[in-house]
Amino acid sequence: MTTLQKKGRIMTETHDLWHLLLGNLSLDALPTYSMVAMAGAAMVVLGVLSVLGLITYLRKWGYMWTEWFTSVDHKRIGIMYVALAMVMLTRGLMEGVLMRLQQADAVNAPGFLAPDHFGQIFTTHGTIMILFMAMPFLTGLINYVMPLQIGARDVAFPVLNSISLWLTTGGAGIMMVSLVLGKFSTGGWSGYPPYTEAAFQPGVGPDYWIWAVTLSSIGAMLSGINFTVTIYKHRAPGMRLMDMPLFTWTALCTSILMIFAMPPLTVATALLALDRYLGMHFFTNGMGGNMMNYANLFWLFGHPEVYILILPAFGVYSEVISVFSSKRLYGYTSLVWATMCIAVLSFTVWLHHFFTMGQDANVNAAFGIATMTIGIPTGVKVYDWLLTMYRGRVRFSVPMLFALAFLVSFVIGGMTGIILAVPPLDYMVHNTVFLIAHFHNMLIPGLLFGMIAGYQFWFPKAFGFRLNERWGRIAFVFWVAGFYVTFMPLYVLGLEGLPRRSQEAFNAGFEPLLIVAAFGALLLLSGLASLFVQLWVSVRDRDRSRVPVGDPWDGRGLEWSLPAPVPEYNFASLPQVQGRDAFMTMKEKGTAYRHPEHYESIAIPMNSALGPIVGLAGGVCAFALVWHMWWAVIAGLVVAWGAVIARSFARNTERIIPAENIAAQQGAWLQMARDARAVPRELEFTPENKGLAEVVT
Amino acid sequence: MTAEERLHPGLNLHHTDPHAHAAAVGPLFGFWLFLMSDAIIFALLFATYGVLLHGTAGGPGPEGVFHIGSIAIQTALLLASSFTFGMASLSMKYGRGTGKLFGWLAVTLMLGLGFLGMELHDFTTMIAAGAGPDRSGFLSAFFALVATHGLHVLSGSVWLVVMIAQIKVFGLDLRVKTNLMRLGLFWHFLDIIWVGIFSVVYLHGLIG
Repeated sequence: MTTLQKKGRIMTETHDLWHLLLGNLSLDALPTYSMVAMAGAAMVVLGVLSVLGLITYLRKWGYMWTEWFTSVDHKRIGIMYVALAMVMLTRGLMEGVLMRLQQADAVNAPGFLAPDHFGQIFTTHGTIMILFMAMPFLTGLINYVMPLQIGARDVAFPVLNSISLWLTTGGAGIMMVSLVLGKFSTGGWSGYPPYTEAAFQPGVGPDYWIWAVTLSSIGAMLSGINFTVTIYKHRAPGMRLMDMPLFTWTALCTSILMIFAMPPLTVATALLALDRYLGMHFFTNGMGGNMMNYANLFWLFGHPEVYILILPAFGVYSEVISVFSSKRLYGYTSLVWATMCIAVLSFTVWLHHFFTMGQDANVNAAFGIATMTIGIPTGVKVYDWLLTMYRGRVRFSVPMLFALAFLVSFVIGGMTGIILAVPPLDYMVHNTVFLIAHFHNMLIPGLLFGMIAGYQFWFPKAFGFRLNERWGRIAFVFWVAGFYVTFMPLYVLGLEGLPRRSQEAFNAGFEPLLIVAAFGALLLLSGLASLFVQLWVSVRDRDRSRVPVGDPWDGRGLEWSLPAPVPEYNFASLPQVQGRDAFMTMKEKGTAYRHPEHYESIAIPMNSALGPIVGLAGGVCAFALVWHMWWAVIAGLVVAWGAVIARSFARNTERIIPAENIAAQQGAWLQMARDARAVPRELEFTPENKGLAEVVT
Repeated sequence: MTAEERLHPGLNLHHTDPHAHAAAVGPLFGFWLFLMSDAIIFALLFATYGVLLHGTAGGPGPEGVFHIGSIAIQTALLLASSFTFGMASLSMKYGRGTGKLFGWLAVTLMLGLGFLGMELHDFTTMIAAGAGPDRSGFLSAFFALVATHGLHVLSGSVWLVVMIAQIKVFGLDLRVKTNLMRLGLFWHFLDIIWVGIFSVVYLHGLIG
């Protein structure tokens, strides 16, 4: 053997070892193909390093681990979900801005984003906004608020709740890693094959998409089960279903939708993975594959998903409008029925996402009519909200402002939805930016404003102080103006024929409106920045806005009957509920803020590392699948399932809070409530407001 | 049946262990919900199988690759395992001693493993004969559906092993009882899915 041959053999062996360890991962995976991608990767790496560095510098690892990461308290988990949503919202919004800038820049010019990179950005933008921003946001709000509204001490399965959170976080982590290592899919958030098959995208892109989505869909399905059991089985004594606050009702409908609508997504991504990894033929061209089956599977998830997203926002608006109009909700029963109708109908319209993909006109007509039918319960809701305000004492707080902007904008979006529901019209505008304008019109004022309103509304409950009103209003102006300036031009451009997902446009007439839309995107970014400034300012000035008694807005549901922030056991004694608006009734009858007859010790679940372990192992497994590191795939699966089995052997999982501790804590709070001044609504936004509302009878 | 007995569907512990019965309400309801979502997964795999049934791409179709003899034995094993699990549940409910309970669970496990062994044998035979999952859309759908069921049976078998270990360690404490009730639901659910697979895939495939 010559030296050269020897050298060659050693090199091959090294290569084999490398391949065994790292699969297809190599230095080529770094995003050297574009400055923008490099900048994105640098932001992720710097962001992660600075967070890790900050925790280390402040010596807070122990605190983070015991108080947050391993916590199974629904309130902590809810807050972590919302924090995750905020991080992902930042990335998703920046991607949206990049796309608007690119299109404004690329009329008869290449612009600053290459087509392949532009494709990655619209794919990650959609995937992140739906699955890693909207889903965590609403899951976080439900987690925090729903158990408090029904008088429960926690969700039904607290450890499972933590697993859901960390699986979702694992998926989000995969999304972030994909910015640094490898390229993401260019197949859009819906990932249609055959384009996402290995024949057309042999790289890691679609695999990143598949496994990130799979992790989050499993997490969401488990959350759905958890919330449903909680709402059916853990309501306070006396609370009937028709006594539940409307937010809880929407949480229930959304949870049921999660149970039934997430599995189709899991099936769709799993079968696509089988095609890509094992050469199967579910959706391939030829060999018996059938792409239309994917379209059906995906939208069997995708359409109910729209309502999973919007229903909790409807719940927030119902609470906000009722509280800030100082009136009980108008048409409660019709709102409940409308919510249920929407939940059921959401499974009957999936085909309208592909009217143009070849089915018969009668099928299209049936699904078009079904789609328009959803307008009826939604219309009922809009009238109910309007009539709640009618002759109410409306206060224009930040959440209320978002609710008002929603009402007007959502009706406009709904109208354009009716246009799209008519198949012949859909043929004219499908795949144009008209559609982009429509669903952003539903999801920004509908979902996102609702989530922001909920965040502003319940923030004092979670942290014990109010958010800054002035910065809230500034954020409101930016968000609303930004939404209109960005998306109204897209309606026009869509009618003029600008295709969606265009990296470059070849009609000079498009340019002025594209520039307007790009400007609007910058306004939206300012809206987000204002929210962060608001948070900063509010934390800084928290001593002037504390509301320890816990009822800053003269609220109606049980969550407002608790101190702010809420103690870990929630209710010192479980409330006895009679009828709707339970806390309002207590205030009016004068039975609020009273000692219970006696205090009992409370058992609460102990922290568990299971959630973080399963989430991390799931994330490692997903990453290893993307890069074909088979040993790590097996290791991830073994660790995740091993941890679950090990946990099933744990018996000592609860700790007891003694009755006297609870009595002391509750007693101190009740004393504070007696000493506080009950403020009228005029003083709501002043430091006078300590969270005790003046009762108007 | 009183409201108290009706707390959850399925075999309940009302008369023999009211405390465990009351505590099982949430966990069992949650598990029913999980099974509903799992049922959606199987429903969609069945639908996919229906869609791709004729996508044989010139390769073998159902009549060429299914062997009714082996399938009949597998069916018998699985149905028998459901019966033995039922006996295990009754042993638990009426406190007939952990010996009997062990016996029935062990027999269930053996039957489950026997089923898996035969299924695996069928799969390897098919793959060796050029009828693997990458041959055609039809075969992809067949393997996805039947192997997903098989993976469930495998998970159920692992769960059985864990439960046998837990009975050894803890005896029949509250959580062991609740978990056995959930495992029971899971095991019978897989039987129902198998009845669907047997009818839709094998019988229909062989009758044509």
